[in-house]
Amino acid sequence: MQKMPVWADVVLIPLISLILAAILSALVILGIGEDPIAAVKMMVSGSLGSTYGWGYTLYYATNFMFTGLAVAVAFHARMFNIGGEGQAMLGGLGVALVALYIPWPHWTLALIGCTFGAAILGAAWAYIPAVLQAKRGSHIVITTIMFNFIAAALLNYILVNILRPPSSMDPATAAFPASTHLPTLHELLLPLGIKFSKAAPANVTLIVALLAAVFVWVLIWRTKLGYAIRAFGHSESAAKYAGINPVKITVVSMLISGGLAGMMSINTTLGESERLILNSTEGAGFIGIAVALMGRSHPFGVVLASILFGFLYQGGAELALWTSIPRELIVVIQALVILFTGALDNMVRMPLEKIFLALRRKEG
Amino acid sequence: MFDIFNDLLTVFDSTLRLSTPLLLACLAGLFSERAGIFDIGLEGKMLAAAFFSAAVAYASGSVWLGLLAGIAASLVLSILHGLASITFRGNQLISGVAINFLAAGMTVLVAQSWFKQGGRTPSLIGGARFESVDLPFLEPLAGIPVFGPIYGELVSGHSILVYLALACVPLTWWVLYRTRFGLRLRAVGEAPEAVDTAGISVVALRYWAVIICGVLCGIAGAYMATALQAGFVKDMSAGRGYIALAALIFAKWRPWYALYSCLLFGFLQALALRPDMIERYFGFKVQVQLLDALPYILTVIILAGFVGKAIPPRAGGEPYVKER
Repeated sequence: MQKMPVWADVVLIPLISLILAAILSALVILGIGEDPIAAVKMMVSGSLGSTYGWGYTLYYATNFMFTGLAVAVAFHARMFNIGGEGQAMLGGLGVALVALYIPWPHWTLALIGCTFGAAILGAAWAYIPAVLQAKRGSHIVITTIMFNFIAAALLNYILVNILRPPSSMDPATAAFPASTHLPTLHELLLPLGIKFSKAAPANVTLIVALLAAVFVWVLIWRTKLGYAIRAFGHSESAAKYAGINPVKITVVSMLISGGLAGMMSINTTLGESERLILNSTEGAGFIGIAVALMGRSHPFGVVLASILFGFLYQGGAELALWTSIPRELIVVIQALVILFTGALDNMVRMPLEKIFLALRRKEG
Repeated sequence: MFDIFNDLLTVFDSTLRLSTPLLLACLAGLFSERAGIFDIGLEGKMLAAAFFSAAVAYASGSVWLGLLAGIAASLVLSILHGLASITFRGNQLISGVAINFLAAGMTVLVAQSWFKQGGRTPSLIGGARFESVDLPFLEPLAGIPVFGPIYGELVSGHSILVYLALACVPLTWWVLYRTRFGLRLRAVGEAPEAVDTAGISVVALRYWAVIICGVLCGIAGAYMATALQAGFVKDMSAGRGYIALAALIFAKWRPWYALYSCLLFGFLQALALRPDMIERYFGFKVQVQLLDALPYILTVIILAGFVGKAIPPRAGGEPYVKER
């Protein structure tokens, strides 16, 4: 018997968790001697009040869509892929190699090529932890954490010693050729007569991210593989009994997850910096965890949660610029969201379930 | 010949210093995970303890008050982890991730609000820091060749917390393997239902484990900010909590092996600080990045089961539900 109606599970619980996180964040702002209402006003005007703000909000949201979908796919197979950060770093390397060493005649082709480069290297970085989990039983959380650090060291080495142009001191690759430049939202919307900020970094990758969300929805709910992934996630023994190969499902879902995380780098590396820099991921791999938890691992929820986090990220940057509230406020909010929607889920769920049961008893 | 000896002494000396926070955090994780509570929030607890110990030590001028504040900060996060993973039976890994971010954000936020120095505390001086302790008989032993310098340079002259951390190793072993509490603690990580059947509270035992973990992480954090360095800087734990986690797996959740693996990982960190030394003695250059990544690579190899199998406590990560 279901204890709660579906809408309560899908909408009410995340909403209450979010409100709890918001209240605590407001208390934190009060605690450091700032005005939370003024802070929220500034965040809203800074991130949603202009096309410039929207351009940054959507740019960040694009990153979180990819990493959020990556975590969500792994969640469906009941795996916690905490390695999105490392997979995205490797994805950036894939983008850089493809963009630098293949002469692309047009950005559309470059986008396709770089998508493959990012997805393949991102997936490859998830492959080893996946195989170790599937065949050796080593815990995927620990191995992916280790792989984050190994990725950081590897990327540092490659940028400093191999890909850095000899004339430059900066640990970064040379700038990508002009033909790989991705159109920004400004350039895309201008022919339609819509004026969008020129300076904002949001670009065509946003569309790729939305397509990826549709892809994940189709994959999880409309294909045989998706069914196998969900069955495996619900009960490994039942899935085995039904003839689903656990090794294959573990590895394939982690490959998809790693590929999606890697694709985040199209946005940051090909779309924004147009060269590979150190720390291009900026923790977006970890925000994917919060986004997937809040979005209940559903692509639509992930897209919404990504936009919310894009707003928080851009709003937080504005706050840091104009007030003495440091950017780390966003890290705190992110932590509270993960805490309430993830770890303390039962704290909200248990009393709600009791309320709904009591209501039902009255009716019956 | 003499140069090598001196160089080795300096490297081992800094190995000991760098291993200490790893060892304390590793033993903290050992208590928690042996009781069946996975803890990837070691990093966050150390960071919170580092900040609050430095802040209170600066404000009060007393490093001991700082140490207490650090332990208290770490305990708050520990209880939060206990609440999420024991009382509300939430996902322990997700809770750990949340705690790490909470500490990373809050420390900078509060540091900026209190000290306005870009997320750091002012430098600690005098009684606000742990001074190095000189062991007895330094003078008479100094004349003895080889042993004298080893005693004087390597064994003596560390902060009291270094010796405390080393003493925690046999203590942990004794508590785990020679006391009733330790037996029950290990049992609750392997078969909580058996402990429950025997009429012992699983919840209470696990809370105790989490509290011990908090205290040890608190000392580790305080050591970083008030002994290893003179003050708190943003993100100063720099992945040590994760290295401690790696060391714990490397040690296969056993106290003495935890000491050895923390010394090994501390040695790698000490070498990474002195790349010139490797080049001088071995004639080839070792990439610093490789040394940085080596603890993690070694852990993955161990996890892969190529060098013996690392089997975590059986009930680890599973919330205990009484009525099935």
